[in-house]
Amino acid sequence: MSTLNPKLDRRSFLKVSALAGGGMLLSFSWLAGCKPTPEQSLILPKEWFELNSYIKIGDNGVVTLYSANPEFGSNVKTSMPMILAEELGVDWKMVLVEQADFWPERFQRQFTGGSQGIRQGWTPLRTAGATARQLLINAAAQTWKVPAAEITATAGQLEHKASGKKAGYGELASLAATLPVPEEVALKDPKDFTLIGTSKKNVDLEKIITGTPLFGIDYQMEGMKYAAIVHPPAFGMKLASFDASSVNSLPGILDVFSIQLFKDEYVRNFFDTATFPELVAIVGNSTWEVLQAKKSLKATWEKAPESSFSMSGFGGNPSKVKVPAGLENTEIHLAKMAEYTSKPGNVLRRDGDPEGAFKKATKILEKTYIAPFLAHNTMEPVNCFAHVTADKAEIYGPTQAPEFIIGTIASAIGLPKEKISIKLARMGGGFGLRAYSHHMVEAALISQKAGVPIKMVYSREDDMTYGIYRPSYSATYRAALDEKNQLLALHVKAGGVPETPIHANRFPAGAIDNYLAEGWQIESNITIGAFRAPRSNFIAAAEQSFLDELAEVMGKDPIAFRLDLLKRAETNPVGENNDYDAKRYAGVLELVKEKSKWGSPAAGVHRGVAAYFCHNSYVAEVVDMVLQDKKPVVSKVIAAVDCGIVVNKDASVNMGEGAIVDAIGNALYGELTFNEGVPSKTNFHQYRMIRQQDAPKAIEVHFVESKEDPTGLGEPFFPPVFAALANSLYKATGKRFYQQPFGTQLEKEGFKV
Amino acid sequence: MAQFTLQINGTSRQVEVDPNTPLLWVLRDHLQLVGTKFGCGMAQCGACTIHLDGTAARSCSLPVSSVGNSAITTIEGLSENGDHPVQQAWIEHDVPQCGYCQAGQIMTAAAFLNQNPSPSDTEIEAAMNGNICRCGTYLRIKAAVKTASQNS
Ligand code: FES
Ligand code: FES
Repeated sequence: MSTLNPKLDRRSFLKVSALAGGGMLLSFSWLAGCKPTPEQSLILPKEWFELNSYIKIGDNGVVTLYSANPEFGSNVKTSMPMILAEELGVDWKMVLVEQADFWPERFQRQFTGGSQGIRQGWTPLRTAGATARQLLINAAAQTWKVPAAEITATAGQLEHKASGKKAGYGELASLAATLPVPEEVALKDPKDFTLIGTSKKNVDLEKIITGTPLFGIDYQMEGMKYAAIVHPPAFGMKLASFDASSVNSLPGILDVFSIQLFKDEYVRNFFDTATFPELVAIVGNSTWEVLQAKKSLKATWEKAPESSFSMSGFGGNPSKVKVPAGLENTEIHLAKMAEYTSKPGNVLRRDGDPEGAFKKATKILEKTYIAPFLAHNTMEPVNCFAHVTADKAEIYGPTQAPEFIIGTIASAIGLPKEKISIKLARMGGGFGLRAYSHHMVEAALISQKAGVPIKMVYSREDDMTYGIYRPSYSATYRAALDEKNQLLALHVKAGGVPETPIHANRFPAGAIDNYLAEGWQIESNITIGAFRAPRSNFIAAAEQSFLDELAEVMGKDPIAFRLDLLKRAETNPVGENNDYDAKRYAGVLELVKEKSKWGSPAAGVHRGVAAYFCHNSYVAEVVDMVLQDKKPVVSKVIAAVDCGIVVNKDASVNMGEGAIVDAIGNALYGELTFNEGVPSKTNFHQYRMIRQQDAPKAIEVHFVESKEDPTGLGEPFFPPVFAALANSLYKATGKRFYQQPFGTQLEKEGFKV
Repeated sequence: MAQFTLQINGTSRQVEVDPNTPLLWVLRDHLQLVGTKFGCGMAQCGACTIHLDGTAARSCSLPVSSVGNSAITTIEGLSENGDHPVQQAWIEHDVPQCGYCQAGQIMTAAAFLNQNPSPSDTEIEAAMNGNICRCGTYLRIKAAVKTASQNS
């Protein structure tokens, strides 16, 4: 107990009497078995006492911890309450976790994305836990008339050793809830952690395995109707007209109308991405009936002219965003990308004299890497429940970013924000997609117009063809070498449709004297959005594949080569603003080298390595591959990660395993192409997803021992896999793979996938 | 519209729906059994897996009129207290991430283990190949099926 406390955010400690979702008991953390022990079946106290926004304690010592962030599978709903429980000093068996509603007056940053939940929640949650603990201690001190400093509070028990006085948290919670909030509290010394660093099972596990309603799509309410949408068949098209009578008389259909997501004067925010601001909505008695009716709808679509809208900048004045006209084709995208590759881009960083170094070079290695658009394909299709009446709106559905959609809903339905409540559903996957919550606006507009509560569900086809994709990218790397094969300069020029993937200040910037980074972009009306480590998921693949090839040309071991560069960046960095810690970066490479026994792979195993830093965490990965009957099979992946303190061990391993599997799938099979603006794939019969038989046979995840504050894991495991896979494919097949998906290229070379 | 009497999780349930309605939507919309999930609607992802007389079936592609008197088991009816060996193994391995695909995974695994109580790894992989998990929990799924096969 030594760390001095930072300033409390007073918002978290407002005394608000009525809790949202009162009595809605969502998750028990105990999961030893499904039958509760007698201790567990006391469960519900007669009375709850709220110590702050995150914590309430029952008169029987049961503790409810609110999980403020939306849960999409990265396990924040378990791991973030563990941080509260650690500082509160409570037995995890006595903890219930409840999903908080969106409630910005009480909770900070109810946003899940960018791998920031644990990192940004760390200090606020510790502080909230420690403050509640101090309130309990103060209550005991007052009751027992002893100094607070002599009271200990652990595992839900308060004790004053000298007098032998003892009490459970539940006994003092009522008094504690009335005491003034301390201005400062001490946080635990990490070496005294008893919960953080252990493995706690997913608090929703029991519900998930028994099929208990948890997801937005599961929501039902008396009198609720169902809704489907019909969107234009192609990017670059819009609704001209529709014939309501084509579906009106179909069985179970109640209403059909069009909706407009944005009022003309509305200034959009960054997460207001909506591919089709006007949609046709069909309302009916059941999901099946509305999905069927979609097929009968007679609608006329027309080419959309170029348009623009106002968007507020991050803190700046609104800017105009242009939506170009046209029906786009992948072939044209590829041709344009090739064209941009060969002309100068925007200089994003220049160190030394790269142009001069290239002139002096005796050898130049130049390679271009390409990747396609990707669809998110979360297993739960886009959906949302809404109940909008004249004076209020209730929204329940999947969203990573409620804060960024409530204003949009308010504008669309003409109600003030205070009249809109958003409840946060567990999401059937997110991966960035659900930071863009247009579906909440759509559901609200449909409910308002139909005058009934509705649940809107996208078909898989709607979901896959709606947009908000990972962009298509291209990157060209060039290295200048002298006659001794020493590296003189590195040049990267990368762009995409419609954004550049470059992070100009990341490695290998800072490690090379002469360095040039250039970006370019090609405009498009195909909408894009965050997709598990946006930009990094491509540029890591390109960079780390290139470094592998460069190491080979230079006659160096791929790990040793990277370590040499990192040594330079650590001891004598080039330039300024290098946004990575070279030592921690090298640390994960060292660890993966050791754990994989890099120098001595098993017979018949072909291995590739890659490392990357993004979203504040460092990851290195080795992919082991065997060739079976001309089919490359990933036999093992070994990952080393430095994310500071690990909060929930096994959940972190699970995250690593999942991201590795997901990346192998996307690298080998993921691809969406376009013809005249129409996406080439509409469902899983065409869009190949990684399946059980394609998954690696084993995955090991190793953590660097660390005392640093924790950073996130949802994204950092993902980007390096693409390159480690490409590098191992090279070893296995003798071919370098420059274009994703690698599966298509492998088939061209006569391999099976 | 027609009347159907379905045998679901040991009880008789009556519904009046269009005969073409897939069993998935009858379960979810009409009988409030929402544990069975919608993923693709075309028998490609396995999220909607149920048991029909003990055999795994994709309820999204099964018109209610074709079910007849067959016994339907959904995830809600797999066990009384979530204590089917497959569910227990799922807890032991803390399998889920988002959790959305898992009911379908569990139903596929339970039906498979009935037919093949001690499968090899390769057999498990083949049996589970029809169930997509975007979160990539395949290794834990495989390990849990193995554990369940040893514990049942
Ligand atoms: S929803 Fe039935 S298999 Fe996908
Ligand atoms: S756990 Fe998320 S799709 Fe399987």
